[in-house]
Amino acid sequence: MHGRALANALRRATSSRAESSAPVLNRLWSRNQQTQAASDDSSLLEVDVVPYSTHRIDSPGTTVNTTKAELQQFFETMYRMRRMEIAADMMYKAKYIRGFCHLYDGQEAVLVGMEAALTFKDSIITSYRDHCTHLGRGGSVLEVMAELMGKANGATKGLGGSMHMYKVENHFYGGCGIVGAQVPLGAGLGFAHKYRKDGSVAITMYGDGAANQGQIFEAFNMAALWDLPVLFVCENNHYGMGTADYRGAKSAKYFTRGDYMPGIKIDGMDALAVKNGVAYAKEYAVANGPIILEMDTYRYHGHSMSDPGSTYRTRDEISSMRQLRDPIERIRSLLLNNELLDTAELKKIEKAIKKEVDSAVEEAKAGPLPKEEMLWKNIYKDTLGMHMRGRDSKTKIKLT
Amino acid sequence: MQGRSCGLCGQTRFAEARLVAAPKTRRHVSGRNSRCITRAAASGPKLMWEALREAVDEEMEKDPTVCVMGEDVGHYGGSYKVTYDLYKKYGDLRLLDTPICENGFMGMGIGAAMTGLRPIVEGMNMGFLLLAYNQISNNAGMLHYTSGGQFKVPIVVRGPGGVGRQLGAEHSQRLESYFQSIPGVQLVACSTVANAKALLKSAIRSDNPIIFFEHVLLYNVKGETNDNYYQDLERAEVVRQGKDVTILCYSRMRYVVLQAVQELEKQGIDPEVIDLISLKPFDMHTISASVKKTRRVIIVEECMKTGGIGASLSAQINEALFDDLDHQVVRLSSQDVPTAYAYELEAATIVQPEQVVEAAQKIVQKQMAYA
Repeated sequence: MHGRALANALRRATSSRAESSAPVLNRLWSRNQQTQAASDDSSLLEVDVVPYSTHRIDSPGTTVNTTKAELQQFFETMYRMRRMEIAADMMYKAKYIRGFCHLYDGQEAVLVGMEAALTFKDSIITSYRDHCTHLGRGGSVLEVMAELMGKANGATKGLGGSMHMYKVENHFYGGCGIVGAQVPLGAGLGFAHKYRKDGSVAITMYGDGAANQGQIFEAFNMAALWDLPVLFVCENNHYGMGTADYRGAKSAKYFTRGDYMPGIKIDGMDALAVKNGVAYAKEYAVANGPIILEMDTYRYHGHSMSDPGSTYRTRDEISSMRQLRDPIERIRSLLLNNELLDTAELKKIEKAIKKEVDSAVEEAKAGPLPKEEMLWKNIYKDTLGMHMRGRDSKTKIKLT
Repeated sequence: MQGRSCGLCGQTRFAEARLVAAPKTRRHVSGRNSRCITRAAASGPKLMWEALREAVDEEMEKDPTVCVMGEDVGHYGGSYKVTYDLYKKYGDLRLLDTPICENGFMGMGIGAAMTGLRPIVEGMNMGFLLLAYNQISNNAGMLHYTSGGQFKVPIVVRGPGGVGRQLGAEHSQRLESYFQSIPGVQLVACSTVANAKALLKSAIRSDNPIIFFEHVLLYNVKGETNDNYYQDLERAEVVRQGKDVTILCYSRMRYVVLQAVQELEKQGIDPEVIDLISLKPFDMHTISASVKKTRRVIIVEECMKTGGIGASLSAQINEALFDDLDHQVVRLSSQDVPTAYAYELEAATIVQPEQVVEAAQKIVQKQMAYA
């Protein structure tokens, strides 16, 4: 694996780096046409992103508008996601978190860019790598950490765990434990949007490993047949657990795998490229029907906490990704190079977020355990006064 | 810009997505079929497929969030006519002809249900739903629990199961029990025209995921329905009161048992026949009242001997009612074999009235021998 995949990765890294290393300030102007200090929050900044690869669709433009406020929010959210995942790593090693724990660090730009182009009226469903998705959908670090620790104040009251976080009021339809099973569900979310004619879209996320599942092609077919407003977002982090993308797929060009369905490949390490691409895709989907977005991204951790992540890829590859394509560093450069924030201000933000995450961890540790009666709650929505049998078949538990 | 034709209405579209609305204007197109659609549920005997159709029609009319999806439910008219011509009334989106992808469209129905719609997902044969098992188990059954109560899945998964007339092994599966261990689902088996309509109406209204078993050979059974009647999904039906032995059955076996009862009555045996209706959860209230009365139980099922519905029920009766039994629970179930094509072998696979008569005779005579 090492040689070819590493060469590919570095080629991608250096090509995107060439675009972003120089201060990508093309034009800076303020709303009232005065030349102001670049620290004005609403000043528009134009940033060039790497060209998109497309399939059966015109490319979005490669100049993205942003503001200091947006870049700062990107930085803060991604940094919060990063610190949360690192904290989860530490808590897992300290055995506060058990079972499966799939971390998202390295991929933050995908979610942050996406949410910038969407509203909470749009629906999202994703895979088991969903801690940061929960944050992106308005959840808190405490909800995630408490859920990971199996506490009653967690995102799903301690019943779901790492792979099952949901937020119904913000249309986050959860993580899903079975690879690819969320994609037909996502087609159903799109069906519901079309049924209700509400102008929103469903974002269905899956990975390069899931992309070979038959049910995904079933979902593609149905969504395209009925013009459902669905964005099929393939987060290609290049490894399906321990199998490199090109070792599992005859065609690793996931954005073309929809055949008749248009697709766009986006630099998933660039939050602005993601934002731009998703906004373009959403407009397309509402008007026309489904589209595939392949996010070219990377995870620093292994597949899960039981995977060191180094038996199928080199440490060089991982560290070069960190150096050349890290999504947080990219935004940091933009902020610094355009003099929107200085190092001291950024340090202040980082410190505050570290504190926020650390205190959420402590609060989660001290959180209450689920009560025993939660074992029997929510099995059925309508309990019908049913009695369940205990382990000895004699004990009877009435469902409430 | 090139136009594309919409897969639903065939129109060429350029930019705007168009919903295919329920074609209200089509109602004026008269003919026998459209009169059938608009006529309210009539009295008089009808076939079971008509009764099921009435249930779907009535609930879809009442509640715009109810929709149907499955293979050939629309233009073809439903492979067992349960959705016959309903697409003319409700449109293609609410009677969705899906491609042949059970895993895919089951997931799609469940996703739609999570947003608050009430899909009825039809399996052309319940055996095909093995392809959708993951979706039914993990995403329909367990979702309310794993989401901490945030999402409900008010879906009805319905279709015919059971042994037909020489349809071959793969189309003659009786696999109710495959689904019974899934936490969070309800299993219902209808058997008469009356309970088919009333139960399906309740299933559609229920907030739980319901797996609704019909039977291939019962669609043309004739009977009466009760108008506007919703039957409790979790209650068993006492078909015949008696005192000598409790016979528990469901679906088509109800008719097999009733045939046996005719013979048993001639021999002076007085069985109590209970149609389970609810395969999960069992209506232990009705069942135990009967067992306490007769003290003898025969379970007659079409499900497999190994791990069938009867196996579960037998265990539950033994555990809960041991002291009320004078005889071990007798269980008549299908043989653990794939259903052969040949008529005689197929007949030998499932329980026939003769076996029921024999079992009842034995269990009652044993009792009389000790009396």
